[in-house]
Amino acid sequence: MSIKRVLLDHGSGGVASRELIESIFLPRLDNPALAEFEDSAVLISSSSRLAFTTDSYVVDPIFFPGGDIGKLAVHGTINDLAMQGAMPIGLSLALILEEGFPIADLERIADSIAEASIQSNVPIVTGDTKVVPRGKVDKIFITTSGVGTMPDGLDLSSRLARPGDVVLLSGYMGDHGVTIMAARAGLSIQSSIASDTAPLHQLVSAMLKGVPEGIRCLRDPTRGGVATILSEIAEKSKVQVELNEAVLPIRPAVDTACEMLGLEPLYLANEGKCIVIAENDAADTLLSCMRKTSVGRDAVQIGRVVQNNNPHRPGTVIMNTAIGGTRIIGPLCGEPLPRIC
Amino acid sequence: MFPDRISEAFRDRELATRLTERIHDAVVRPLRIMEVCGTHTMAIFRHGIRTLLPQAVELVSGPGCPVCVTSAGDIDQIIELASVPGVTLTTFGDMLRVPGSKGKNLAEARAEGARVEIVYSPADALKIAQNTERLVVFPAIGFETTIPVIAATVLEAKKKNISNFMLLVSHKVVPPALKALLDDPELGIDALLCPGHVSAIIGVQAYEPLAELYKMPSVIAGFEPLDILSAIYMLVSQIHEGKAVVENTYSRVVSGTGNIKARHMIEQVFEPCDAQWRGLGEIPASGLALRPVFNEFDARKYFGLTPISVPEPKGCRCGEILTGKVKPIQCPLFNTRCTPTHPIGPCMVSSEGSCAAYSKYGVQ
Repeated sequence: MSIKRVLLDHGSGGVASRELIESIFLPRLDNPALAEFEDSAVLISSSSRLAFTTDSYVVDPIFFPGGDIGKLAVHGTINDLAMQGAMPIGLSLALILEEGFPIADLERIADSIAEASIQSNVPIVTGDTKVVPRGKVDKIFITTSGVGTMPDGLDLSSRLARPGDVVLLSGYMGDHGVTIMAARAGLSIQSSIASDTAPLHQLVSAMLKGVPEGIRCLRDPTRGGVATILSEIAEKSKVQVELNEAVLPIRPAVDTACEMLGLEPLYLANEGKCIVIAENDAADTLLSCMRKTSVGRDAVQIGRVVQNNNPHRPGTVIMNTAIGGTRIIGPLCGEPLPRIC
Repeated sequence: MFPDRISEAFRDRELATRLTERIHDAVVRPLRIMEVCGTHTMAIFRHGIRTLLPQAVELVSGPGCPVCVTSAGDIDQIIELASVPGVTLTTFGDMLRVPGSKGKNLAEARAEGARVEIVYSPADALKIAQNTERLVVFPAIGFETTIPVIAATVLEAKKKNISNFMLLVSHKVVPPALKALLDDPELGIDALLCPGHVSAIIGVQAYEPLAELYKMPSVIAGFEPLDILSAIYMLVSQIHEGKAVVENTYSRVVSGTGNIKARHMIEQVFEPCDAQWRGLGEIPASGLALRPVFNEFDARKYFGLTPISVPEPKGCRCGEILTGKVKPIQCPLFNTRCTPTHPIGPCMVSSEGSCAAYSKYGVQ
């Protein structure tokens, strides 16, 4: 395209819209369903149970170490399907663009979406593009929805955790959250910290193959972090989750950045990690399966599920601190905010 | 084998266990220790320190939370200014959810159209002022830890002749508040766990007259678990030995004389004034005001604002909590009407507030 910025015309549905889609998106996302370019994509599935999910992405900044809003939009929706045990078969891609958004940035994001789609082997089969006047959105907002096929008989749920189960985490926590907070604070942190955005469906597939029964629940700890997701699981299952602070996988640079910004890694977003609640006997096999994959190579057991004896709360998360004390871990209330002192 | 990170050394389990055992051995009667500083309150909960201490040691939170002790009247003025057309209010994150006397906060004002931006330092606020025609107002809240940086920003603004940057000053200094606390015959504490970073500025020397006058054992501590445990051990030992001196376990950051250059910068820009402390009432010479030569940066003068006295919300016991008279769980509103998501008083919403800490970390 010869023009440098997105114009209102590009969202009007006419020739300009078509030009934008044909020059930027179709060549990059090319697949049979999308190529039909009808009002709906038609997908074939032999499964009678489908998982369906949607998410919107408004991250600021849109480009950050380790990824960008496009990659996040593809991985995030794939992961919501994966956490249900579903195999993703197609994604939709809806964009709301701010008038004046640089075409070069749009192309960069389109490249990133295409790369994520191809590497995950999940096609973008349908989409939409709208443009709104300058100032009505912040640069670009993306919504992706996804459909996935469910294996027969598989029921993963946050209400299924039982005393005796183990709590596993697929790798280091807080990388994405710190990357974003540091970028917003204008802190330049050593290059070892980057967003961990990654698709998890292949990891889940490997786990289900290794342990077809015995996994109770899979959740990806995005906004709110590991603490919030475990609080939800504890409440829904009416159990107590015990965490062991000494073994929580946190990169030293993330730990330091958190100390400086007044944040806690347990509450920060992760975009390429998976919490696994599983029966005790499956722990070793699961860890072994996870560690054979690139996204799960640092998988570790971080805690266990026990009886909830707290009469005041339906489910609790307790942490055994590194120095031998205990504390309660609650869900995140509001956004993590930088402090005065 | 040296740990990779300094924090690992200060979280060593074996050392923690040994210190805890010594504390247990040294405690012979019930004791009340006040943690003056809000960050200590948070650190104590975060590391589960209360669960390691003997039952006889009671840790009581003090007024060391700058947001919590800002008067409701000041908070109302901040929220009001945020809604003035042409004003951009730049603020530290913790101010966003503090409710004013009518229950509204800055986040809600922002949703109603006020321009409110979160900044990580006053230098960011100044940068925003340099890139806008709007009037940038910065609520200058904080103790000695934060004041030097704000003073430095005022000096820079003066040097660069920036005319659209102003402070709404609610700064307070700690020693006069400690004196007011210690003057109260109903206070009932046996020792003081003194702030870490405030002490880096004011030095060990600032506490010595108070320790002597009130016969109050005082130990300055950092925020790592071993810092706090060793400080508690030292306080318990002082009590046991009948001593009342100032000791410093945070010597890697705090010196005898403190940061003279930082204090000099504070004195250059600010002068003492009387200040209203939520919970403690008015304390003479405990606040700071901009010196007349910096009048052009004073939002109160520009907008003609006078301090307003606003009654506490009905039922709120923040004041008694801040003076260690009452624990958060004794406030009838705690975790019922006053919760982290719907706070009534600042103690619940400020990240340093005792009620926030008790609610978030759970009562042990």
